[in-house]
Amino acid sequence: MGKEKIQINEEFWDIMPDDYKDLVTHATYGKTDRGWKDVGSSTELIAEHSLCAGCPESIAFRHILASIPAPEDTVMVGSTGCTSLVFPMVAVHNIHSLFGNQNAVATGLKRALNVRFPNKNKDVIVLAGDGATVDIGLDMTLQSWFRGERFTTICFDNELYANTGGQESGLMQKGFVAKMAPVGKKFEKVRLPEIARESGCAYVAVLTTSKPSLVERVVRQAVLIAREIGPTYLQIYTPCILEIGKQSMEGLQEMRDSEAAGERFKFREFITPEAQAFIDDMAAKKKAEKLASAAN
Amino acid sequence: MAGHEGNGLPPIGSVNKKNQIITDPQELFFLSPRSQAFLTGSEVIKEAVKRASVDFSVAYPITPQSEASSLVGELYADGYVGDYMRGESEFAVMGECAGGSFGGARVFTTTAGPGTLRAFENFPMWAGSRLPIEVVFTCRGVNSPLSIQPDTLEIAFMLETGMLLWHAETAQDLFDYILKGYIVAEKPEVHLPIGVIVDGFFVTHTKDMVMMTPENRTLPHYNPYASPVTCMDMESPPVRMMRDPFVMKSNYISYMTHASWQLEVRAAIERSRKHTVALLDGLIEVENPDAEIMIVSSGTAVSQGREAIRLFRDQGMKVGLVKIKTIRPFPTQELRAALKDAKHIFVPEFNIAGWMAREIKSILDNNERVVAGPHVAGGMTMPPEIIVEEIERSLALKGKKELIHG
Repeated sequence: MGKEKIQINEEFWDIMPDDYKDLVTHATYGKTDRGWKDVGSSTELIAEHSLCAGCPESIAFRHILASIPAPEDTVMVGSTGCTSLVFPMVAVHNIHSLFGNQNAVATGLKRALNVRFPNKNKDVIVLAGDGATVDIGLDMTLQSWFRGERFTTICFDNELYANTGGQESGLMQKGFVAKMAPVGKKFEKVRLPEIARESGCAYVAVLTTSKPSLVERVVRQAVLIAREIGPTYLQIYTPCILEIGKQSMEGLQEMRDSEAAGERFKFREFITPEAQAFIDDMAAKKKAEKLASAAN
Repeated sequence: MAGHEGNGLPPIGSVNKKNQIITDPQELFFLSPRSQAFLTGSEVIKEAVKRASVDFSVAYPITPQSEASSLVGELYADGYVGDYMRGESEFAVMGECAGGSFGGARVFTTTAGPGTLRAFENFPMWAGSRLPIEVVFTCRGVNSPLSIQPDTLEIAFMLETGMLLWHAETAQDLFDYILKGYIVAEKPEVHLPIGVIVDGFFVTHTKDMVMMTPENRTLPHYNPYASPVTCMDMESPPVRMMRDPFVMKSNYISYMTHASWQLEVRAAIERSRKHTVALLDGLIEVENPDAEIMIVSSGTAVSQGREAIRLFRDQGMKVGLVKIKTIRPFPTQELRAALKDAKHIFVPEFNIAGWMAREIKSILDNNERVVAGPHVAGGMTMPPEIIVEEIERSLALKGKKELIHG
């Protein structure tokens, strides 16, 4: 969809909602270098949210939405959980249907869009919590990777079930005491990034949302690789400050602490040689364009 | 099928990549010449899907639908279906179907018995999301104990999902309902998922004569932009839906939103009546309407009822029959009218629960007239003699009762 489709008839300008007017005047549709620096000046994809004050998930949402390469042709699939509270306020088409079926829905969606728009890139991005991705939906998460479905899966890993009040999840750390783990979780945090690598993902990254430029790079990369090469997986630490006993202003520090050397969210990524070649090629082309335009 | 970017659906009269002419549904169903074929029910499913301009189909093996869903795969390999895949479980399959339908595709799938129950959470979601997916339920027993045999118990679970439910009696019904189902389900004022029900084995695995529409004609494509809800393809402006999601709110507005949407789904089922009546020639079919004894059912129980009528006729006794074609919408007024003067109403069923008898009892006056039976279950057959016996025994008992109390 291009910007021409969202124009407002002049007669109706005064009665249109501010959100919509903002979309028309500021949408970054078609802007190839959109990124986290647009946050603040361009709020067309997300302006408000109904998450807890200081929730790192809300920051992650902003950074991701600012970084997706083509919002005008991107459809997102969510799942039940805290993320589903934000999706109604996100201005790209997004689907919530059931808890855990997000990668199945994305599979059907991507295939339908391929059939209907064979000459157009329509990006599909799954964004779901760790309960949805790793516990109840694990089968469908993995199967979509086995099949090589061309979409990006982003897991907001807060290491527990936040929306239902802090229960144990598969991505929780071993030993953590939580609801439904009254004497501490008895098994290790599920190693989904490694499983993703072995399951056919062309690109996998583990990170927090503390560094917007890093989020921008991996999100962009993940979506473009999914478009051209194969499935991609991002696991982003978005701590539930409420359930780990932190204050609203402590989310950022929690993320920084957890990405220190030797910690569980130390940045790491995996990329297949094919995907790396694609990224290198893209970078080389961009460089050549820059040089050419500088020469002109 | 072929891509239909933007609003540009291939027009009626144009030819698809398989040289099929996109044909107006009325013309396809009622005017185009039909030819006879002798096919199994599974093959009939394939032949109908071939003429339905299906964009996306998901398959998963479960008896007795495995053959049909594999045959749809052959259609895909031949280029008649846009995309096709094997899912990983029925829960996932129905999610994949949902994704396809959210993305504006015409979607087809099949399942049966345990698959229906494994997929179950999806069905009310389909209806609530207004996804006009078509699923053929080739009914089979529900565990436990393990059974792969024909049994219609699974339909009892489907009754309140908000889906349209049509029950085919024969292979001919199956062929017609698959094609006509899309036309009704996709009407903007209906726009609901539809379950075409067929009795496993009795229809899927037996051969029958079917009058088929021409192979070189196919239904018009689904137009997702006539949907009452947004097609999730980012081809329309993505306005934020709301500032305050209802899901977490405990207030009247959130309750009312949920309740009114459920009412709307049920109203949409009601709005399907007029289209269904026109395409199926009524929601019921009646034989011997003036008989005092009536057999009422759906699916192959109707065929057995027809045989029972013949046996009674040989004895010089007139028995009538009502075939229920659509379970949702339920033919309430039609049944009241058709059974107005009936003194004894028998409901033969292939399940232990007698759900159809309950449905009928719930809408009739003097419903002590309704006898919930005979029932067979778990794959047992229902020879017409069983129906005859049930009727004779029941009438004899009723006669005695009248004597005692008279």
